Amino acid sequence: MTTATRTQADQGTTTRGADEAMREDVVRVLSAEGELVSDAPELDEALVVDLYRAMSRARACDLRAARLRIEGRIGAYFGAAGEEATVIGSTLALRDEDWVFPAHREQTVALARGGSVEHFFHQLFGNALDPAKGRQMPGGFTARAQRIASASAPTGTQLTHAVGLAWAARIRRDDVVALAHFGERATSSGPFHNAMNFAGVFETPVVFLCRNTGWPEAPEQETLTETFAEKGIAYGVPGVRCDGNDPLAVLRVVKHAIARAARGEGATLVEALAQPLDGPEGERLDPLVRLRRYLVVRGHWSDEADVELDRQLQREVDEAVATASAASPPPRATMFDDVFATLPGHLRDQRDH
Amino acid sequence: MAQMNMVQAINDALRLEMERDDRVVVLGEDVGKVGGVFRVTAGLFDAFGGERVIDTPLSEGGIIGTAVGMALYGMRPVPEIQFSDFIFPAYDQIVSEIAKYRYRSGGEYGCPVVIRTPVGGGIRGGHYHSQSPESQFIHVAGLKVVCPATPEDAKGLLLASIRDEDPVMFFEPKRIYRAARGEVPEGDFTVEIGKARVVREGDAVTVVTYGAMLYEALDAAAKAEEQGVDCEVIDLRTLWPLDVDTIVASVEKTGRVVVVHEAPKSCGLGAEIVALINEKAFLRLEAPPRRVTGFDTPFPYTLEMEYLPLSHRILPALVETARF
Repeated sequence: MTTATRTQADQGTTTRGADEAMREDVVRVLSAEGELVSDAPELDEALVVDLYRAMSRARACDLRAARLRIEGRIGAYFGAAGEEATVIGSTLALRDEDWVFPAHREQTVALARGGSVEHFFHQLFGNALDPAKGRQMPGGFTARAQRIASASAPTGTQLTHAVGLAWAARIRRDDVVALAHFGERATSSGPFHNAMNFAGVFETPVVFLCRNTGWPEAPEQETLTETFAEKGIAYGVPGVRCDGNDPLAVLRVVKHAIARAARGEGATLVEALAQPLDGPEGERLDPLVRLRRYLVVRGHWSDEADVELDRQLQREVDEAVATASAASPPPRATMFDDVFATLPGHLRDQRDH
Repeated sequence: MAQMNMVQAINDALRLEMERDDRVVVLGEDVGKVGGVFRVTAGLFDAFGGERVIDTPLSEGGIIGTAVGMALYGMRPVPEIQFSDFIFPAYDQIVSEIAKYRYRSGGEYGCPVVIRTPVGGGIRGGHYHSQSPESQFIHVAGLKVVCPATPEDAKGLLLASIRDEDPVMFFEPKRIYRAARGEVPEGDFTVEIGKARVVREGDAVTVVTYGAMLYEALDAAAKAEEQGVDCEVIDLRTLWPLDVDTIVASVEKTGRVVVVHEAPKSCGLGAEIVALINEKAFLRLEAPPRRVTGFDTPFPYTLEMEYLPLSHRILPALVETARF
């Protein structure tokens, strides 16, 4: 392996003193031109095509959601358009039995795990067909069938949940890994440090996936350290950095972290350097462009296939938006359901009078 | 039946449920090898091992936050917070996550975590070992709140709480951990959540209370009887959802009510109880409802017995209410 593809865990190094190496080592697989910059013997072309399709679907849904927001048809929605390399790349690294703990910007993860585009838009409209019954603003989705926890908006709380679930699975002798999404600013929160410490002490099978969306600006507002990955060191949790605009780098690093966790070697903190696409370098950084170039050069994708995929996605999204926007809001009485498993007297009174 | 104190009864419930249900795990600060600061979990580590009786790092937010994940996976975590005064680092997890998980997921998930935590004063603990924060959890939609006053109720309510599909705040009045003794049924039984108990029947004044103050109320009621005032004493046992029917039925009989609790007076549970009585039994009232409670001050150390609504403060309220 080249230097660029090494990870801390690959090298078998201890966490002690690893921070220097981490600052230099950023795992990269694809260049902006879509060329391999490191050997990738593990790449299965069918998986890469699936990844491209899943990222395209995520992009189409997130962009439409943003438009619905601008049009004032739904409440505030943040989404992760442009961040598909990390959000979807990590999702395709998971095994079926693994779990995801999203913050409130990763609703497209459900799409990449078999969730429907209709459910996605039902949630945004908060209608009667939303699995969460219109209880949360856009982004507050639930997808238990996809082994995704209910999205947490409070900063970092989901990180400890991921540790707890992974810990429980280990106690039950189940081969399950939990992956938690968060932004770099959540590393300042109490739950981040709780999660890292509990994960370290109990060697729970967890992948902490930090999307550093401020990169390459120095994170002086949040931290004095040069990287976020090195925050794992004090907790005995190795940190790995990768190019967060490179879906194949994220796929590799997260797959590696999951395998490591599944082997009983504990948690990994992944820092994905995810540069926003809204600058002058936008197209160069766009993970979809990068992956398309890679596939086209190898004959696994074509401009015609792209046009067809785009047409299909737009149709799918149009239909879902039409259905979701036409659906009724949840009936008033449902406001009182699910506070408790069964309706207590005081809520019955408030509902009925 | 066996004679037990509160500590033994809770320990018995935990042991019984851990034997019955391998999804039950206990976690917290020194709950394992040490057996807990009050020895409530003594012996469980030896019986069930370190994977089910877990000594955690000293971080309430971490304990409760990881318990959420365990519950989502289908376990029945029973975390202990050493003193309810120290629960606030976990308040975000309790309020924003545990209490809302079922609701915000449209019922896809439940979050059946039972948080055991000692509550109340009278143990020379100052305000970081003595407070009664139960109302701060009652005001949060989605939590059941329990506070037993007898060993039998402690065991039966804890078994019911662990089997409940919803999260339960299980407040254990530490002043009577060992002082409250009584007959406890052996083996499996539950006390239904949401049901109060009429501990003493009477027709002059209704006294509504819970936790350690039950014994102060009973003492005051005995002294009131010497003055010809026959009190009915209700132990709420479950603080939320409240057993309104039992309270209202008693007040309809007596027409007079005094609520007693250690927690501060303003916006305390007593305020809600009095409001409910006004809504549901106003025309049956013969006297203004009274509250005998802790004060709206931080819990004091040296003057703690002045702060607590002990028998000598309850008695005049009973007599004055009866003679109003």
